[in-house]
Amino acid sequence: MRPFIYEQPADISAAVAIASRFTTDDDQPTRANAQFIAGGTNLADYMKLGVAAPNRLLDLNRLEEPALRQIRVSDDGIRFGALVRMGEAADHGEVKRRYPVIADSLRLAASGQIRNMASLAGNVLQRTRCEYFRETSWACNKRVPGSGCAAMEGFNRQHAVLGASDACIATYHGDFAQALIALDAVIRAEGSRGARKIPFARLHRLPRDTPHIETDLAADEIITAIEVPAMPWARRSRYLKIRDRESYAFALASAAVVLDLDGDSVREARIALGGVATVPWRARAAEAALQGKKLDEASASAAAEAAFADAEPRQHNAFKIELGKRTLVRALLETRDMKV
Amino acid sequence: MDAATPKPRENMGEPLPRIDARLKVTGQAGYPADLPAANITYGALATSDIAKGRVTRLHLDDARAVPGLLDIVTYGDMDKVEKPKFGNSGATSIGPLHDRTIFHDGQIIALAVAETFEAAEEAAQLIRAEYEEEKPTASFDSPGTKTVPAAGKSTILKEDVRAGDFDAAYAAAPVKIDARYSTPTQHHNPIELFSTTALWQGDQLIVHEPSQNVTGWKVELARQLKIDPANVRIVSPFIGGAFGSKGPMTPRTAIVAVAAKRLGRPVRCVTSRMQAFGTQTYRAETRHRIRIGAGKDGRITAFAHEGWEVTSRPDAYVVAGTSATGRMYDYGSVLTHVSLVRADRNTPGYMRSPPETPYVYALENAMDEMAVALGMDPVEFRRINEPKVEPIGKKPFSSRSLIQCYEQAADAFGWAKRDRKVGAMREGDWLIGMGCATAIYPTAAAPCAARVRLTSDGDVRVQCGSHEIGTGVRTVAGQMASERLGVPIGKVNVEMGDNNLPPAPVSGGSISTASVCSAVLKACDAIRAKLYAGATAEGGPLAGSHNEELDFADGKIVAKGGASAKIEDVFKIMQLGAIEEYAEFAPKGATPGALKKLYAGQPEFHGGDQDEDSVKYAFGAEFVEVRINSYTREIRVPRIVGAFAAGRIMNTRTARSQLMGGMIWGIGQALHEATEVDRRYARYVNRDLQDYLVPVNADIQDLQVILVPEIDHAVNPAGVKGLGELGNVGTAAAVASAVYHATGKRIRDLPIRIDQLIA
Ligand SMILES: Cc1cc2nc3c(=O)[nH]c(=O)nc-3n(C[C@H](O)[C@H](O)[C@H](O)COP(=O)(O)OP(=O)(O)OC[C@H]3O[C@@H](n4cnc5c(N)ncnc54)[C@H](O)[C@@H]3O)c2cc1C
Ligand code: SF4
Repeated sequence: MRPFIYEQPADISAAVAIASRFTTDDDQPTRANAQFIAGGTNLADYMKLGVAAPNRLLDLNRLEEPALRQIRVSDDGIRFGALVRMGEAADHGEVKRRYPVIADSLRLAASGQIRNMASLAGNVLQRTRCEYFRETSWACNKRVPGSGCAAMEGFNRQHAVLGASDACIATYHGDFAQALIALDAVIRAEGSRGARKIPFARLHRLPRDTPHIETDLAADEIITAIEVPAMPWARRSRYLKIRDRESYAFALASAAVVLDLDGDSVREARIALGGVATVPWRARAAEAALQGKKLDEASASAAAEAAFADAEPRQHNAFKIELGKRTLVRALLETRDMKV
Repeated sequence: MDAATPKPRENMGEPLPRIDARLKVTGQAGYPADLPAANITYGALATSDIAKGRVTRLHLDDARAVPGLLDIVTYGDMDKVEKPKFGNSGATSIGPLHDRTIFHDGQIIALAVAETFEAAEEAAQLIRAEYEEEKPTASFDSPGTKTVPAAGKSTILKEDVRAGDFDAAYAAAPVKIDARYSTPTQHHNPIELFSTTALWQGDQLIVHEPSQNVTGWKVELARQLKIDPANVRIVSPFIGGAFGSKGPMTPRTAIVAVAAKRLGRPVRCVTSRMQAFGTQTYRAETRHRIRIGAGKDGRITAFAHEGWEVTSRPDAYVVAGTSATGRMYDYGSVLTHVSLVRADRNTPGYMRSPPETPYVYALENAMDEMAVALGMDPVEFRRINEPKVEPIGKKPFSSRSLIQCYEQAADAFGWAKRDRKVGAMREGDWLIGMGCATAIYPTAAAPCAARVRLTSDGDVRVQCGSHEIGTGVRTVAGQMASERLGVPIGKVNVEMGDNNLPPAPVSGGSISTASVCSAVLKACDAIRAKLYAGATAEGGPLAGSHNEELDFADGKIVAKGGASAKIEDVFKIMQLGAIEEYAEFAPKGATPGALKKLYAGQPEFHGGDQDEDSVKYAFGAEFVEVRINSYTREIRVPRIVGAFAAGRIMNTRTARSQLMGGMIWGIGQALHEATEVDRRYARYVNRDLQDYLVPVNADIQDLQVILVPEIDHAVNPAGVKGLGELGNVGTAAAVASAVYHATGKRIRDLPIRIDQLIA
């Protein structure tokens, strides 16, 4: 690990000010000289591995704004401060009651220790775990633009079948983001050009031919909150995560499902898929396929087919297409059968 | 008594807690990298990014510019010392800094030494190599492998085992199978990272390093450094998991010792988790072809086991589990053949039951297939083929309680409730499968020395240069002394893990309990004899009694008739404050030079299939229930029962703990563990615990260990069969059998994952 300067700005504007002094408009947040750190469970790991090399770390944990650490529930929905820890949100009674899909997605992620350390903003911004990205000796377009992609023809069992490009097939591994994209969440950010709202679906960028550009954020922009709109029917929601072992593993495939049912037919469905795509993945075609339909095994399967219609397998990850479909079918049926 | 402390049955010792348990759980146990050293410096390795070729240039300027950097040890700096040797004490013959040739991925190219750990790491990361690259050969099926017969290439396999006319018997058999199996590359990944700390005191070299073989290392390190072995001391008081990985010394040890010498200061090098994948040993991938022929009555008439094992270019690492699989059942005829497949890889090494884990997995999966082909219950199929003598040399088993293990495990598991039809058992969306398999591990022992001291106050000190790798050997050695000398365990202190202590063999092959306890027993008996002499001498409190009528209990010597004498009084009579005895144990069959070889770090192993009178093995039977989701096909193991018979059980708590750990490892082998090789580059891809999966707590639900009573006086004086490596043999086959029962899919390639079940 390279030496770096460590600062603890006192508030958001101080943090933005320092960040903008040491970064330029063209800098990507993950490649800038100055970078924010929250729980550090992702960034410190990548710094040790030499994947990230900021020479200035701005620790957000001392920012004085209390809202950063609060979960606020109102008629408009729920607002998570950026520094709320995963564990706290997962255990929050109202979150569990109103948005089971959120609580599940957090509870099934990482380990107890990590959930106590990791922040919600850091969670949505976590970077891929692609093995070839994690180790600097491999060619990787995301880490070193233009260097190639060792995963493309390599051991790519955990890689994405949706949203990939010729430059990068890395999976977005987070769980929470699938719940947020399904619920049409909004990100609040503050930077040197002011505060703004970003629809969650626009936060992450598809790899295309610029896999090193991962999000819509500027290098001096801080996420301050994550807002989830009120959605009474989200009580019928669920996050199903399929993995190689029972706990402490990333998803091979996952599905966030929110259902508004009219008897046994679907008024509206929200579906997001994890473990199979390069970014948090809203499966709109599957949602449309279910609209107005009776939800049963057949319609769920048809929705799953629609969700994976454009899936592209590689040498070691072809099983994810079938697994992804079945995960979605199972999630839909289990959500239908929830007692709410 | 609870599950962790099984009630001792016949021929079993008390479930005493580990004598070092408190030290371990309170963080006071000093692991080698924790031991203090004044004026210490830190080393970090730089390793190769390619698997084959030559280092043409090293760029060291950036590394040298790091503040706090003290030295870089690299090509040329090791020229004055000898290259490592491959063998019991040496992991590989590749001397990474003796030669610019790159033999494998992750090979050491330099050691950076600095004032701080951080500076050393930074400098090591800044070392850049230029290579003349060649296309490497990764593994089986890669262009460029060289396949040779294993027999004769290593002392492990002198010749392939065989018996009778396999071809004729197989051709004539009415029911037969012919199937291929494989096991993946695996790395030990003990939680304690690998490390070397080297300190010179004049000509004396002290090395703190987790080791399963302090005496062997002393000799090998002295040879490499061309110094007198008497000047080398290896210290390894606690080891945070080893599983074979800390058995042979790797080239790093000498490199760190040279660095410390050059600098005139101690150097500590802790290898990163990632670097351990390339610089340490591993379990190489294997392939198997098994043919079994049987009559309609289920009696096997023909058995053939062919195995292929990957090794490095220079070294013939052989496991050859055919020695055990060829003797497992009453086969009629046996044909085996083991081949080595050379590729551009590091030399593999011992990993918990090196031969049995892969070979018995293949055999037992095949046995299950055969039972299906015969339409027979798999337990019944094994019962029918239970041998009276082993089929190769027609020798009896010194003891064999396999059927008792099957019966007791089947009972506890509820095997009778299994519906034999494939896919017939189900609960909601979960398919249920049940399977079983045999565990076997050879029982060996090696020469071992121990020193025991008993004071008039009843304090006991046991000294033995064995190694507490987590098995509980420190506790059972203490327990042996406590039992023999009639003192409470709290009065016993056991010192291990230092070659200044009486030498013990490498802690491998599950020989430690048998060898160490036999030596401790001998030393204790010598102390007993002295005290008996004092007590029974004329005028003594037990004058006239014969030694056979005496025993030690509760700080007293007790005679059959009821008379007794306090040990402290006997000491007084003898005018002694303490008695100390040094004992050397040599197992049956040991050669005249066996003890000399022990001191030279080359212990002879005896037992297993090597003895004239009988073959010696411990056995077990494991039953597994799996649940597989009918949609998404993830596999979970809610229940596992294993019953094991291993001669005298010294301590039911530590025995259960070993077997439980083995069974959990077995589940990991079945479902999780694999080091992935990028075949284009012959490089490992998942070099950390994020991607190298092992079971977590949530994966292990109801696990039951049954200790089956067994008495075997033929194995060694302690009557102990090793069981440290027994528990993880067969487990993966039992899981495969259960997966078949649930789904009708026979998975032959480990690990069994969703990928194979969902297609
Ligand atoms: C072993 C392991 C297993 C895991 N398993 C899972 C899993 O199963 N599912 C899952 O979803 N996750 C998993 N994770 C990932 C974990 O959830 C993330 O590491 C964590 O959520 C990141 O949060 P953090 O606060 O520690 O982020 P940090 O590491 O501090 O930061 C991560 C990134 O976000 C940026 N950042 C942080 N906060 C802000 C902010 N307010 N504004 C702007 N930028 C910011 C940082 O600059 C950095 O680029 C696992 C992690 C580990 C180590
Ligand atoms: S998949 Fe993406 S992150 Fe992985 S190696 Fe290729 S470019 Fe890099």
